[in-house]
Amino acid sequence: MASLSVRNVSKSFGAVEVLKGIDLEVAAGEFVVLVGPSGCGKSTLLAMIAGLEPITAGEIAIGDRIVNNVAPKDRDIAMVFQSYALYPTMTVRQNITFGMESRGVPKAVQNVAVERVSNLLHIEMLLHRKPSQLSGGQRQRVAMGRALVRDPVLFLFDEPLSNLDAKLRVEMRTEIKKLYQRLDKTTVYVTHDQVEAMTLASRIAVMHQGQLQQFAEPRVVYERPANMFVAGFMGSPAMNFLPAETVSAEGGPGISVANGAEAAVLKMTGGSADRLGQPGRQVVLGIRPENVTRYDPERRGRRELGLLEAPVEVVEPTGAETMVVLRVGEKEVIARFEPDDAPRVGERVTLAVDLAKACVFDLATERLI
Amino acid sequence: MASVTAGYDPFATSGAWRRSRAKIGVYIVLAVFAAWYLLPLVVVILNSFRKLPEIAANGLIAWPESFSFDGWTQAWGTYCVGGTCEGMKRNFYNSLAMTIPATIISTAIGAVNGYILSKWRFRGSEILFTCMLLGVFMPGQIALMPWAFILGKLGLTNSTSGLVLIHVVQGISFTTLFCRNYYLNIPDDLIKAARIDGAGFWRIFRKIILPLSPPILIVTVIWQFTGIWNEFLYAVVFSSGRGQPITAALIALSTNGTNVRNYDVMSAAVLIGALPPLLIYFFGGRYFIRGLTQGAIK
Repeated sequence: MASLSVRNVSKSFGAVEVLKGIDLEVAAGEFVVLVGPSGCGKSTLLAMIAGLEPITAGEIAIGDRIVNNVAPKDRDIAMVFQSYALYPTMTVRQNITFGMESRGVPKAVQNVAVERVSNLLHIEMLLHRKPSQLSGGQRQRVAMGRALVRDPVLFLFDEPLSNLDAKLRVEMRTEIKKLYQRLDKTTVYVTHDQVEAMTLASRIAVMHQGQLQQFAEPRVVYERPANMFVAGFMGSPAMNFLPAETVSAEGGPGISVANGAEAAVLKMTGGSADRLGQPGRQVVLGIRPENVTRYDPERRGRRELGLLEAPVEVVEPTGAETMVVLRVGEKEVIARFEPDDAPRVGERVTLAVDLAKACVFDLATERLI
Repeated sequence: MASVTAGYDPFATSGAWRRSRAKIGVYIVLAVFAAWYLLPLVVVILNSFRKLPEIAANGLIAWPESFSFDGWTQAWGTYCVGGTCEGMKRNFYNSLAMTIPATIISTAIGAVNGYILSKWRFRGSEILFTCMLLGVFMPGQIALMPWAFILGKLGLTNSTSGLVLIHVVQGISFTTLFCRNYYLNIPDDLIKAARIDGAGFWRIFRKIILPLSPPILIVTVIWQFTGIWNEFLYAVVFSSGRGQPITAALIALSTNGTNVRNYDVMSAAVLIGALPPLLIYFFGGRYFIRGLTQGAIK
């Protein structure tokens, strides 16, 4: 088990700069998820940690050792690929032992290791099969087995679940989490799926256009996103953004949201409230769908609620909850309703916005205030 | 486009008679073309088993009325060409001694080249590949003079080794092209996984690339073997007399100085010269097609 340090690392392919000065300190035993849209550089960063791509500038250290010029095989890492990358002409057993063979590990030790890993992943029955005779989920397990068998200091996962169907993906996600909780190994996991990131990570590194946007615990990334990109990327359906202006409301800080002819004035507390500054500042109010719901007079006072009146445009039941699209001024707002409580299309609903959970972003810099 | 508006597709519409009629038509056409192409081969085979006087009496193209192995035995071991009476035997062995090593070496180099150019790219590797590709399109006669010079310098003139060297070098373009394009279909992730697993350049080649290679290696070997065996120009220019490969030696049969045309011996000699590529085709042909159409990973 070792820590991982990525210090001011950049990567260019010719004139194209795909990573711009990334800093990442991963403590020993942490499960860090690199997440971002495709092309954000997360896979490139992982390949550089693995030693498969040279580093243009900066340095990467595993434990205390700077590994910029260390070959992949000497970094004591293991990696699971999106395509699994199982050797097609070898049996499952040979796939798992290939690394040990290459390193000249004695046969007896290999057999013990294979047994340990195949028990752990329940692939004992598959050891004599070829990869082409395995299902997607089985291949995934074998790929994990190949990584686990070496007992490395650092695990790298490159979108390992992307090739599985939705149901299997959720199952394997839980398996990976269980495995991690058992093995407690430093892990870097790349995915474009923000749900995977939220569920697995001890810390999430959100990347966009070659830059690290935020590196924090899942809860912080979700509730206090550093900027509008992170806010919009994490969470599904995405956070609602409403253009707004700071005002003073009932003697305290507030913001005013355009809603048709009139403007709704919301009194801000907690979170960004103290940092809003002078009235008249152009901002963006960010509210997650689950923090917008039907106003219930009896619950008033339990929380700081802002009220908005809006017509319902679309109702999308998903079973467990019903997503409702409403129109607030120029913008659409998605709200999460209890299925029993869902409004009808065309109805005007008084919405209660949980302002304690709201985020306010600067319009120009898009950063969280 | 009347046929289009009529919408008649013999293989799509129903009706047993129409379908079988169309099929018969197709088979007749195929049979005619097959006969057309095979006729010369049939004539040569028949003549190789006829007796010479009978050929002289009835003409070259006639139904055989006699049968003998004389043509074959003479052509193989006793027929006199250019002062020696050893038949084609020695030239046949020359051809084998030239073709087998040249095929193996050029295929091996092509496989390694293809592996490097597809999986271990470096700055300029694409340019290098483009240059090598030029060799595919280069006519052999362009290289005659340089080869004469090089073989002279190396002291390999008039030797089988010299011809092996020529065919290895001339063949690298093709073998590299075949292998490189095939290896491109092998996912790079396999190489990356193997590198993390601790395997080096040669170990990855032996344990991962080679086991995936049989289809393309069969294609390359067949291509090289038939090409080198049948090659004529270099054989004629860079060998002589008893050192000639069989393709070059066949010439001597028709220019042996006497006026008698030994058609039976000539036919048998031609067949002896054609046999190895034919056998390769019969036993390896289906692998050839499979290898060209099949990807690396099923």
